[in-house]
Amino acid sequence: MRILFKTSYDADLGLFAHRYQAFWYFLLLAGAAGLPFVMNDFWIGEVALMLIWAIAGMGLMLLVGHSGQPSLGHAAFMAVGAYTNVILQASLGLPFVVSFPLAGCAAALAGALLALPTARLHGIYLAIATLAVSILAEDGIVMLAPWTGGVSGIFAPDIKILGVGFNRYVNAPGFYWLTLGVAVLVVLGYRNILRSPLGRSLVAVRDSEISAQAIGVNLARTKAISFALSCGITGLAGALMGHFAGVFNHETFTIFLSITLLMMIVIGGLGSIHGAFLGAIVITFLPLAISIVREFLNERFGTASVMPPGIETAAFGAILIAFILLEPMGIYGRWIKIRTYFELFPFCRRDMFRRQRAYLKTGRIR
Amino acid sequence: MATTIGTLAGAWLVANGGASDLESLQLLVSGLANGCVYGLIALGFVLIYKATEALNFAQGDMMMLGAFVTLGLTNDHYWALPFWASVPIALLLMGAFGYVLEITILRRMSGQSQIAVVVLTVALGFIIRFLAGAIWGHEPQSLESPIAGVNVRFAGLVLGLDEVAVILVTIVLTGLLYLGFARTRLGLAMQAASQNQLAAYYMGIPVKRVSALIWCLSGIVATAAGILLASKGSIDPNSGFLGIKAFAAAVIGGLGSLPGALLGGLVIGVIEPFAARHVAAGFSQVVPYAVLLLVLIIRPSGILSQVRDKKV
Repeated sequence: MRILFKTSYDADLGLFAHRYQAFWYFLLLAGAAGLPFVMNDFWIGEVALMLIWAIAGMGLMLLVGHSGQPSLGHAAFMAVGAYTNVILQASLGLPFVVSFPLAGCAAALAGALLALPTARLHGIYLAIATLAVSILAEDGIVMLAPWTGGVSGIFAPDIKILGVGFNRYVNAPGFYWLTLGVAVLVVLGYRNILRSPLGRSLVAVRDSEISAQAIGVNLARTKAISFALSCGITGLAGALMGHFAGVFNHETFTIFLSITLLMMIVIGGLGSIHGAFLGAIVITFLPLAISIVREFLNERFGTASVMPPGIETAAFGAILIAFILLEPMGIYGRWIKIRTYFELFPFCRRDMFRRQRAYLKTGRIR
Repeated sequence: MATTIGTLAGAWLVANGGASDLESLQLLVSGLANGCVYGLIALGFVLIYKATEALNFAQGDMMMLGAFVTLGLTNDHYWALPFWASVPIALLLMGAFGYVLEITILRRMSGQSQIAVVVLTVALGFIIRFLAGAIWGHEPQSLESPIAGVNVRFAGLVLGLDEVAVILVTIVLTGLLYLGFARTRLGLAMQAASQNQLAAYYMGIPVKRVSALIWCLSGIVATAAGILLASKGSIDPNSGFLGIKAFAAAVIGGLGSLPGALLGGLVIGVIEPFAARHVAAGFSQVVPYAVLLLVLIIRPSGILSQVRDKKV
């Protein structure tokens, strides 16, 4: 058990709570950077995909987990990022290092533009409005066929930085390191936002809009900024996803992608950066694990004939339900409980994490 | 009400006078019928939202399951029961399904965040879709019902009996539910539980049973919608995606308002065929969602809004 004495305000704002924490995170980073030396290209590709999901998840987490604005439309912003990135490279001949940040900016701009008219919406109304945006975006891609390639899709050119190619198949470790670098930068940026006045006002808006307003937070501005930041990060993930997929069309960015993103951060644990990563691990590797188990069963017991099609999705759904029922705070919430148990051993009590349930008090009048 | 619509439609026909307007009228009627199906799904969605503020994203899939249960009981290919016997059985079964769903799964989610409930019900939808596909197959099928493929003459118009039935059933169900909420003891208990669960509990309202009953009721309404949809056209395990349009309908009307759900459904249902007729191909399918966004921007809590500012 460790007792932290904070002797200055800087200690409160530091990136890491204490030296050991910094040590563990650097160890994790070193381990992640060394992965290509112990894994083959297939698994490195899957881990890179996991990192892309995590980046997109962090974008959504900033909006849902920290600003309290649910969005079912983030696939649209991934699409904005992916298409802007590729179109800038293909038609203007910009290099990846320029088009990639510009793609993020374009997605951020789109997010801010959406936030302006929807600033008055709350909760489920906002979720449905963004869901409509997601559906509109899907059709919008088809309508803008001259630029987006429409139904037939668009090819992402190979990434070249300083003459080094980062094609996913040719140079899988390179692509993975690129993704890892972006993920680390996004994490650092996210952490910095959270400890700035902006981050505090985001959390204030999430917890109570009226209280936030009362202490001088400009609601519309804060929401617009959080939308812009969130969509920008998601746009970056979209650009990477475009390069990962190689070729994509309107069906890459459907409403199901939006729903999957939301599922991911809820499973991971709302309101924490860890949650985005843990959720991304589940979303990436659960389908893989299910198909491996399925193949194993088929081989061992010859169940291929009795296994109905679509059982993967059903198993996925069942596991999601189990996750949510057993741990509504997400995987990260469970991790905190386990860690506290060992830190306080043997003084941890079962009721320490029992929250007062928020019984429904509605704002409706009838 | 049906006569009102008929009169209105007739008056509109006379006022516009002309052959092309007959087509518009036909579009209007089929739009109304579609809108009623959306409205019915939205009704189940709103019922649950009204009583527990939970958002059931599996409502469309419950509709699909209800339709398949009826189809499995009725069609010659399966059990071949008479239509009028299988409908009450299906309604009962799906009511029980909703009830069991609430007491086993959803009850544990009370007091948790709305988003967690959304994810949970989306996952439930996956499972329901898989079950329906595994039992009844993935091919589109039609319900062999007595209302399919029969025409009725009404005020000089030839209408499909299925369309008329959809409109009538929707109006009757909405009216009954509306009156039930406003007048009966159970309805009042539901309203109380929906406004403040703890206070309602202290007043002696069995809040748990009320919310289980609400899920039961919404399962029944979903089945009614499913039966009508399956006799109007065909149904397959992916028909549950109609639910997305129903959510849009519920939100346009203002969540928490039963007439609002119907209104929203009608708005979307009527817009669709007219957009398909008058807007360039490729652009028409986005019109309902554009309208949804527009409504939300102008009236952030729907047309029949019921929200006032939440207290701190």
